[in-house]
Amino acid sequence: MLTDITIGQYVHGNSIVHILDPRIKIIITIILITSLFLIGNFWGFAIFLVFILLIIKLSQLPVKKVLKGLKPILFLVLLTVILHIFMTRGGELLFEWKFIRIESEGLYTGTFMASRILLLIMFTSLLTLTTSPLKLTDGIEYILKPLKRFGIPASEISMMMTIALRFIPTLMEEAEKIMKAQKARGADFESGNLIQRAKNLIPLLVPLFISAFRRADELALAMESRCYQGGKERTRLHVMKIKRRDVTAMILSIALAVTVSFF
Amino acid sequence: MLIELKNVTHIYNQKQGIKALDNINLKIDEHDFIGIVGHTGSGKTTLVQMFNSLIKPTSGEIFVDGIKTTKKNVDLNRVRQIVGLVFQYPEHQLFEETVYKDVAFGPNNLKLKKDEIDKRVKVALDLAGLDFEEFKDRSPFNLSGGQQRRVAIAGVLAMRPRVLILDEPSAGLDPQGREKLKALLKRLHKNYNITIILISHRMEEITQLSNRVIVMDHGKIVLNGSPKEVFSYKEKLESLSLELPEITEILFRLRERGCDIRTDIFTVEEAVEEITKLMGSQKDAN
Repeated sequence: MLTDITIGQYVHGNSIVHILDPRIKIIITIILITSLFLIGNFWGFAIFLVFILLIIKLSQLPVKKVLKGLKPILFLVLLTVILHIFMTRGGELLFEWKFIRIESEGLYTGTFMASRILLLIMFTSLLTLTTSPLKLTDGIEYILKPLKRFGIPASEISMMMTIALRFIPTLMEEAEKIMKAQKARGADFESGNLIQRAKNLIPLLVPLFISAFRRADELALAMESRCYQGGKERTRLHVMKIKRRDVTAMILSIALAVTVSFF
Repeated sequence: MLIELKNVTHIYNQKQGIKALDNINLKIDEHDFIGIVGHTGSGKTTLVQMFNSLIKPTSGEIFVDGIKTTKKNVDLNRVRQIVGLVFQYPEHQLFEETVYKDVAFGPNNLKLKKDEIDKRVKVALDLAGLDFEEFKDRSPFNLSGGQQRRVAIAGVLAMRPRVLILDEPSAGLDPQGREKLKALLKRLHKNYNITIILISHRMEEITQLSNRVIVMDHGKIVLNGSPKEVFSYKEKLESLSLELPEITEILFRLRERGCDIRTDIFTVEEAVEEITKLMGSQKDAN
């Protein structure tokens, strides 16, 4: 039950998209998202969509999985469309009934915005679908590095993210164990109204927090006894290297960004 | 018959089809003291969680005191009141501000009256060897590890279970704590007529306390009988990388060296007697 929840949405694979350098992938994502906001007509979106489909094909991701990621924002998209249709004025009158007026400009802007949001989510989810959380944090650390000069502890932030990710499954397991132990004492986690249910969670949450703090203490000790010092220049096991494929991907992306933005 | 399992199979991971329990048939009688042994991952913990319906089997039937717990819509609270389960490191489940409140958590869930709860908490703490007046208002988190474990066990005892299951209750306790725990289990079994099921890696505990031993391997029950029977299968146990109680091991080794000696002995006293007898007879022969 609890352990069925997957962390992030990473789908394991060995495709060219998967093995690209995470730093390059993050930068490409940022560039292309920016370009997505510069696109001025539907042709740009069409090209962008083809590009996304191409990446999905290359990465051998199940299309269903990518589409599933759109579900949570469907409401937002619908709301955008509806608001634009009814509120934006301009163009020719398409439909009128009592106080409801739909004009062509509204319909156009609505679908335009909706396409933008859908493409945006689809594209960013490609990053998390094809990059393992650990690689992602590595990439983020590297990109944040220059900010060290302004006092931002990049390597500590990334270490914290890594540890947090690492301990999510452990805590899940722990939560399930405590839940069982309390159930054995007659605790009820399934029925009652909202407030009652929230209250019923106390016997689960208190021990869970205590164990999390205990683990944190132990981990800190273990790290210190192996001479960990945050922020010091640390070497890594998997050194990230920019390869030719990364450069190619970068050039292609920039080309795409420029094309779609000025279309 | 208190608990009965019929053809119980439990598959852990549907995709990979890992069988945690493989066609288990088992009967547990009132007033049994059962020891369950088996190496890690043999299915012991899964098995005992079946007893109080924390896990439902993939197939098979389970009866607890005549209630078919594998049916839908079973009154789980009733089942869990009959079968109490003390998990590994039970002190990790403590959460209340005071010892009293934590022990009262179970009875509270049973919706008992205030004075009944009060009585139960007193008795449970007393049984677990903690002085009621001294401990009731203390925070469970300021106690020593051994005391915390007693509070947690008292929390289960306050449910007044007829069957008490303990999963590795002595793990992480010092020798003194282990002895106290053993005494507690003995008392519960003898004086309070509670059926006890004990999972342990310490063969001494198993042999000294239980009247029946169940050996598990790969989700199956491989041996099931009195300690004397089970521990006579030395080779079988060794092939499962389980060891004999130290005392029994010594007697087996003596026999290997040609001594005519009994090996179905689990206490130091009996072993001393047997060895003195042997030495006496050797003297006579000389």
